[in-house]
Amino acid sequence: MSLADSVLAGDRRAVARAITLVENGTPEGLALLRAIYARTGRAHVIGVTGPPGVGKSTLVDAVATAVRRDGQTVGVIAVDPTSPFSGGAFLGDRVRMQRGVVDPGVFIRSLATRGRLGGLSAAARDVIHVLDASGRDVILVETVGAGQAEVEVMELAHTTVVVLAPGLGDEIQAIKAGILEIGDVFVVNKADREGADRAVAELRFMIDMGRWREGAPGPWLRPDEVKAGHEPGAVSTGVRAGGTGAAAGGGGAPGDGTGAGPAGWTPPVIKTVARDGEGVGELVEAFRAHRWHLARTGGLEARRQRDAEAEVREVLLARLVAAIAGDERIQRLHGDLVRRVAARELDPHSAAEALLEAVRTERS
Amino acid sequence: MDRPIRVLVAKPGLDRHDRGAKVLARAYRDAGFEVIYTGLDRSPEEIAEMAIQEDVDVVALSILSGAHDVLVPKVIRLCREAGADDVLFLAGGIIPDEDRPRLTEAGVAGVFGPGSDLDEIIRFTRENVRRKVPR
Ligand SMILES: Nc1nc2c(ncn2[C@@H]2O[C@H](COP(=O)(O)OP(=O)(O)OP(=O)(O)O)[C@@H](O)[C@H]2O)c(=O)[nH]1
Ligand SMILES: [Mg+2]
Repeated sequence: MSLADSVLAGDRRAVARAITLVENGTPEGLALLRAIYARTGRAHVIGVTGPPGVGKSTLVDAVATAVRRDGQTVGVIAVDPTSPFSGGAFLGDRVRMQRGVVDPGVFIRSLATRGRLGGLSAAARDVIHVLDASGRDVILVETVGAGQAEVEVMELAHTTVVVLAPGLGDEIQAIKAGILEIGDVFVVNKADREGADRAVAELRFMIDMGRWREGAPGPWLRPDEVKAGHEPGAVSTGVRAGGTGAAAGGGGAPGDGTGAGPAGWTPPVIKTVARDGEGVGELVEAFRAHRWHLARTGGLEARRQRDAEAEVREVLLARLVAAIAGDERIQRLHGDLVRRVAARELDPHSAAEALLEAVRTERS
Repeated sequence: MDRPIRVLVAKPGLDRHDRGAKVLARAYRDAGFEVIYTGLDRSPEEIAEMAIQEDVDVVALSILSGAHDVLVPKVIRLCREAGADDVLFLAGGIIPDEDRPRLTEAGVAGVFGPGSDLDEIIRFTRENVRRKVPR
């Protein structure tokens, strides 16, 4: 059996090897991706992000356990930063991912950010493809919500969950700019600690304020409402009727019943105690509701198009960069052109044109 | 392109002391390795499974409980049964001299007692990795 066939059959050793090959961008890895690509695109990819130490890994472990209980299989990608000084990395998320280790229905892989051609997200995407092709129903991707690279990784997910914890008030203020926008679901973990309710309320307030400012179409549905099959109202006032549990259509026009409108999604805020699984069932329900919402509103298909475009672009750019870096003559030309652009002897467009031409003639 | 060597630093057995393992993990990271740390109290089955999934080049077992006699050979056997036959196995911790030959026989390439020089462990790891790096 070829490696690709073994991956498609879900063989753990083959999957692990395949991930190494694609992670390192080897020719075998590229060949493998070619062979399995038609069998990807089925898994529900869930991004899990948030500040250090809020309990992301513990939560991923608990979610994996819950998803397994429902008979689905799970893949986990745990991303940790590469040290810029040594190029090494300490990948410690497994310490908190204990429950699923010997369950064949769970496959966990730690990924270092490295200084990657084409960025972290390109590598993460390929790893997701391998897990997806191997038949994983749900793929959880954990990153520390720090830098731009991590935010880009979250863009690969169908559903992004932002995890926070009580007592992070100031941090929530600090990170809200970036992080509130990317969350489809919010979690206040460590709800066994003081201040959880307040954190939920603050978060709820900020999310709703953000939406108000964005003037996003409303009203928004909570996952339970989406599941119950309520249609969103076709209003675009951008105002939702009040607090956490505002009902769909509150004050707005009734839906037209086709379900084709630009339905919104209210990010739910869920309290969890990841350590003992409290609230995790509700969280898994929210994931499913969000996926269902995407499918129902055309979001999944739109994403598929967008992802395909981004993927081709990323690979193209990475290949161009590699083509330049991999050829001494072109690299020298590149250096010359850059110097001339800096000296204002040449404009950047002409420089790029010359480089493209050089790559083209090199290949033919 | 160069890729870092991947090491699983594992703590089998029931002792609660992970200082040594953490120091080793940090030393590996600072030397440019990608280190997957297992945390405490892992069973041989769990360690083997992690080694497979993470596709590591090296498994470094840190042991203080004195149970190395059973645990280390078991980890190696399970890894090999699962197809990880090109992994470099190292053992460190409190291991009496008279037990070393048995560990070597079981497949441990390097045994490092307490107070071993970290640089020496790292040099040994680099020189003995079985898989070609980069590849
Ligand atoms: N009190 C309490 N502690 C928790 C809970 N969930 C996780 N923790 C603890 O929080 C600490 C950090 O948990 P992790 O799961 O490693 O957090 P993380 O967000 O993955 O951390 P990084 O990956 O380092 O950013 C650990 O000591 C956990 O045991 C919870 O619900 N309540
Ligand atoms: Mg973590």
